[in-house]
Parts: sequence; C-alpha cells; structure tokens
Amino acid sequence: MTTTPPILTPEQIEALGDELDELRGRTIADLGERDAAYIRNIIKAQRALEITGRGLLFAGFLPPAWIGGTTALALSKILDNMEIGHNVMHGQYDWMKDPALDSKRFEWDTACPGDQWRYSHNYMHHTHTNVLGKDRDIGYGILRMSEDQPWRPRDLGNPVYATLLALLFQWGVAVHDLEIERIEAGEIEWTDKRDILRAVWRKGRRQVLKDYVVFPLLAGPSAPFVLTGNLTANLARNLWSYMIIFCGHFPEGTQEFSEEEVESETRGGWYLRQMLGSANLTGSRVFHILSGNLSHQIEHHLFPDIPAHRYAEIATEVRGICQRYGLPYNTGPLHKQFGSVVKKIVRLALPGRRGGGDAAATPSPAATASPAATASPAATASRAATARPTATAAATTPIAPSPQTPVPA
Amino acid sequence: MATIATHPQRPGLARRLLGSPVVDLLLGPHGVDRYLELISPTLTVGDARAEVVAVRRQTPRSVTLTLRPNRAWAGFQAGQYVAVGVEIDGVRRTRTYSPAGSAHGSPTLELTVTEHPDGLVSTHLLRAARTGATVHLATAQGLFTLPEPRPERLVLISGGSGITPVLSMLRTLVDEGHDGEIAFLHFARTSADWLYHAEVQALAQRHAGLRVAYRTTRGEDPRRLDAAGLSELIGDADHATAAVCGPPGLVDAAPEVWAQLGGDPERLLTETFTPPRVLVTGDAATGTLHFLGSGRTAPIGEGTLLEQAEAAGLSPRFGCRMGICHSCTCRKAAGPVRNLRTGAVSDEENEDIQLCISAPAGDVALEL
Repeated sequence: MTTTPPILTPEQIEALGDELDELRGRTIADLGERDAAYIRNIIKAQRALEITGRGLLFAGFLPPAWIGGTTALALSKILDNMEIGHNVMHGQYDWMKDPALDSKRFEWDTACPGDQWRYSHNYMHHTHTNVLGKDRDIGYGILRMSEDQPWRPRDLGNPVYATLLALLFQWGVAVHDLEIERIEAGEIEWTDKRDILRAVWRKGRRQVLKDYVVFPLLAGPSAPFVLTGNLTANLARNLWSYMIIFCGHFPEGTQEFSEEEVESETRGGWYLRQMLGSANLTGSRVFHILSGNLSHQIEHHLFPDIPAHRYAEIATEVRGICQRYGLPYNTGPLHKQFGSVVKKIVRLALPGRRGGGDAAATPSPAATASPAATASPAATASRAATARPTATAAATTPIAPSPQTPVPA
Repeated sequence: MATIATHPQRPGLARRLLGSPVVDLLLGPHGVDRYLELISPTLTVGDARAEVVAVRRQTPRSVTLTLRPNRAWAGFQAGQYVAVGVEIDGVRRTRTYSPAGSAHGSPTLELTVTEHPDGLVSTHLLRAARTGATVHLATAQGLFTLPEPRPERLVLISGGSGITPVLSMLRTLVDEGHDGEIAFLHFARTSADWLYHAEVQALAQRHAGLRVAYRTTRGEDPRRLDAAGLSELIGDADHATAAVCGPPGLVDAAPEVWAQLGGDPERLLTETFTPPRVLVTGDAATGTLHFLGSGRTAPIGEGTLLEQAEAAGLSPRFGCRMGICHSCTCRKAAGPVRNLRTGAVSDEENEDIQLCISAPAGDVALEL
C-alpha cells in the first residue's frame, strides 16, 4: 500500500472510535468460561515446563538433559512473562475475580517488580504510546529510536547499547523506572529513586538467589549445569522478549507523535494513535502464544485489557476497519520486522535524517515538538513519510486531533 | 470456648516444609499454592478451599451442599457466616452463607442455599451444584453467635433460609451435651419449604429440653411471629436468650414480641437475611458515597467515582483516567456502579472496579 491515506476529519476519528468501542464491548460481553480455561491451560503448561526444566537440569551432566531442561525452562519463563504475566497485569483477567489472576497483585518470574511495571507500562506506555518525551519505551532512555530525538555523539553507540539491552533485558526493564536519562541530565538525583531501587533490589535479589544460588546448591554435583542452564534460559527469554517488544513499535512505518499533537486528543484520536504507532507480526499459533500475543500489537494497543488470545479473532475486523478508513495495518514476519528495527537502530546511530523521504515533510532531528505542518488548518500537526519498499505498510496518515474535550465520557 | 477449629491438629512436617521460606523462594514469585492446586485444587496450604462431597435437595427451592474444607480453613463458631466463592462461567462469584452444621467435630461444612429468582449464585447452585466441584472459602465472620456461658433458656427463631445459623447453634449445643431448655421456632411459606424438619424433630430425641414448632406463613392458616404464638411454645421470656435470623419482616417484629413476653432486650440477638437488592438502573443516581478507608462520606454528585472521590478531598491513585491502565482500580465493598464504557451496572459486593470509568448508581461504599 503506497497511496497516501486521506486525512481523517474529526468526525471520522470519532466514528472510528465508536466502531472500536463497539468491537470492544462485544468482545467483553462474550468473555467467560472459554477465556478462563485458556489462561489456566497456559498456566498449567508453564508450570509443567518449569518443573520439567528444573528437574532435567538436575541431570544436566547429560547433554540431552541439559539441552532439554534449559529449553523447557526458557519456554516456561517466556510463557510466564509474555502470555501470562504481561497480560494478567494488564487486567485482562480481572473480570474473573480470581485473586491469583488479579492485575494489581500479580508478580512474574523476572527481575522487574510488578508494581513498577504496572506504572511504567500499563499507564505511561499504553496511555502515551509513541509520544516523544512521554513514552519512555521509545529507546528506554538509552537508545535513539526516532528521527525526532535529537542526535548526540553518544548515539554512535546505539547498536552497542541495543545489544547490551537485549542481553540484559530483564534488568533493563527492572531499572526502567529509574529514568536514567533524567538522572544523567541532572533533572533528578539518584536519591529521588531510592524507593524504586529498593524495590528492584528486593525483587531482583530473590530472582538471583533462586536461579543462581539455591537451585544450583540443591543440585549438589550438578550445580554448574543447573547454574549455566538457568543463565541460558534467562538469556533466551531476554533475547526473545526484546525482539518481540521492539517489533511492537519500532519497525519501519510506525509513527511517533509530539506532545502538542495529542494535546486535545479524544478517545477516537487515542485509538488512531495506537493504530499508527503499533506493528504486528505474522506467524503460527504457537508463535503468537510465545509472543504473549504481542504479535497482535495493534489489537493489544487498542484493547490492552481484553484477553490476548482474543486478538487473533478480532484482528480480521480491525484490519477491515483500517482498510475502510484508509489506515495502514503494519504487519510482517519476525525476520522482516525485526530486520527493519535493527536497521533503524544502526541508522539512527548517525545524525542523518529520515532516509529517502520526502524532504518537505521530514522534520529536523532537533525539532521534537513541531514537525512540519502541511495539513489542513484543522490539524494541529501533521506528518508524512514516504513508504519504504521494505515496509509492509507505510504509515502516512496525518492525524487531526479534534478540539473536543478529552475522555472519559 | 466456642471456637473449635475443624482441624485443630498441628500442621504436619510436609505442610510446614511446603510453607517454609526456602520453598517460597524456589517457587517464587507465584508461591507454593499455585503449584499444589494443579495437582488437586484443594491441596493448597494457604488458600482455604473445599470440595463439594454431597448435594441434596430437601425442598424444591433449596439445595444443601456438604463441603469438605482443606486444612487451610480455620473453622467457624455456630451462627457465623462464611464468604463462599463459586466459579460461574469463568467468574468467581462470592456470597455469604451461614453453615448449618455443628461447630464441633465434623470435618465437613454444610450449607443450605435457598433460591432467589434473580440470584445468580443461588440459581446456579440449585441447577448445577455437583459433587467434586471446588469452592473458595474465606474466614468465618459475624457476631451472631452462641453466648458464653451457654444460656440455660434459649429461643431459636428463624424464617426461610435464616434457619441455618440457628440450626448450627442447636446442633452445637446438642453436641456439647447442653441440658437446658431450647425452643426452636421456624417459619416458611409452605410446609413444602420447611428445611431440616425431620432432622430437627430427630434432635429432640437427643435433647430432652428441646421443643420444636414449624409454621407456614401462607396458605389456610398463615402464622407470623407474634407474642401469642411464641408464648404457646415458651411461656414467658424470663431469663431467656433469643437468637432470631430471617428476612427483615421477621427480624423487625422480634423486639416487640420479645418485650411483650418480658424478654431482656440485651438477650435478643438478631441477624437479617437480606435478599438480593434490586439494581438502581436509572441515570440520575442519588445517595451517598462512603469512603471506608478515610471514614468520609459525600452525597452523590457529577462525574466518575474518581472525580467524586477527588472532589471529596481524597487522592486515589490514578493513571490514564480513560479506563486503559487499571491504576485506579479500587475495591468496592458494596453498592451499584455503572461502567461508563460498557453501560453495565454491577451490584456485586467486594469487587474491584476502575474508578475512572465508573459512576455510582446508588449508595456506594469504596475502600478508599
């Protein structure tokens, strides 16, 4: 799709919002036994993989046991973090009123304390999705992930930082709330984040003790095999979740927004921003489950608290809505989407501009707040980017936030 | 002492091991129960649960469940109630019931549930209760209990499903070898609705001082609680203690009847059984917001519950203010609220709601 989508009028944006609200309401009204059984079966599978993995690693001196145990434990951690933890903490299963699946109390098998995640992810990221200066998931405060972020010499290290972040992803997520870039800029002090650090220490310490001290000690002579197996499983989970998460908003074609653009955004405008700022992954059913259904990032961002296994079912309708409004539906296989993310990380290490683009519409790297306005007077801001051959769907929709009052209503 | 745990023995070695900090670390962050329950749902060491071991239908409008609680369940005192969680179409619904059995000895818990036409849980249990199912239990609560020392003269009056706590008192006293006077007076719509009729008659064989009267409130000879009827059974109320449980009509009539027989108002215990309330579904809600944590109240005003709580001077946690992030999720103790995104009204007790997209549809109590 290389044609330029039309500028949506405020009325169209509201109509889009109504359609999506209707789809949401219909799905929520249908939640029941099937969804409860689904998540409980996933949990059963995760616990079984965990116990199998840890059990096999006790015999890790046999190479097949080490490989099998490490694989099972890695899969367990991936399921725990992605399809269970991330989704339960979004409140996707709060309607079940089961304290074990309560979004406010759930903890996951990773270093990041659930409470910090609920704030930085559920609130900050999902509310301010792709808004530069507000959504700290754009580069996690250390990477340059958008042309609209001003280039600094340290950005030359972009690929190195990205690799380190991927390898240590659970710790990167854990210290996300430290807002290291603000400490670096002198806006806040380390001491302002004492409570955050303390909580990370409390949670992280138990994770480290479990995987790297107590389980190896319990294994006696197998200790080195258990230790390396656990380390490898954690590493595999880190790399996998990093890949999936970076494919959610950074593949070529996804858009970022300025704070001004979203100032008087309605619910319809919020929906539109989620669609323009997210990208999907194609793959098998097992792939979707292992990605926590974040492969349906567009559907997830529209409806973050609908059980994720429903995203595949509603994707057809969402795609249909995108087509009718002339909006891009950015999707592709993992290798293609992640490939374009890697390209972006490397490209943005250098102070260049948006490559191969329409010069008139390319904002200067320094102007994070006001991209060139070329749209109708009704639009407070607009942007355009020429479709790239590698992108499955090019995002070229100027958004026109309507001046109506913000939600809720 | 009336508190006798159903399982008074010390936890065994295996249970102490399962509850140890090392196991908690190894099975963290989910904890040991999240693994044990996959072997068997009632194997949990921290979560009180029970298996339904028998289902019988004494009357057309009721079902009696016998539950076998696990060891995490701490037992109850005769007359108390227990919040019981039942899963219906993926949702755990919690209702309170008073166990009907003796507080002593028996390792099982007996609940009799009477049908309310609009009651989601009661109609479900009447239709679909089956042995082998798991229910969730909370700690027993309530001050409607047998006094200590045990009263020499006791009058137990009940209406409808209000029979369960007073039957528990009766059975408990019989188990204790109580040798005083007990009068047991029960009201139900028709004789077909009489609960535990044969069982209570049989208890009279084991307790010499027990007198029993079952009455009907409809039909040819409708009877209500009145002084004449009660004095037929007990004479006067001198030195007697009464425990009354039933629908509001019965409980409201009790103090006057008790006074007419010369009863001591201090020795009249009552508990009202409230049928499910009718939802207020109109748009213009009036009433009061109760903020239980801070002790504040405010008349219902404009806007969402989040806005109204803020207007009342509270600072609840919030995030997106548009129903996305669940930061403002708050426990609602009671009252009807409307979800502004779906329009659905919910009157569940003790449920979590999103303050930023909820509006009161009547008196609401929030744990704020």
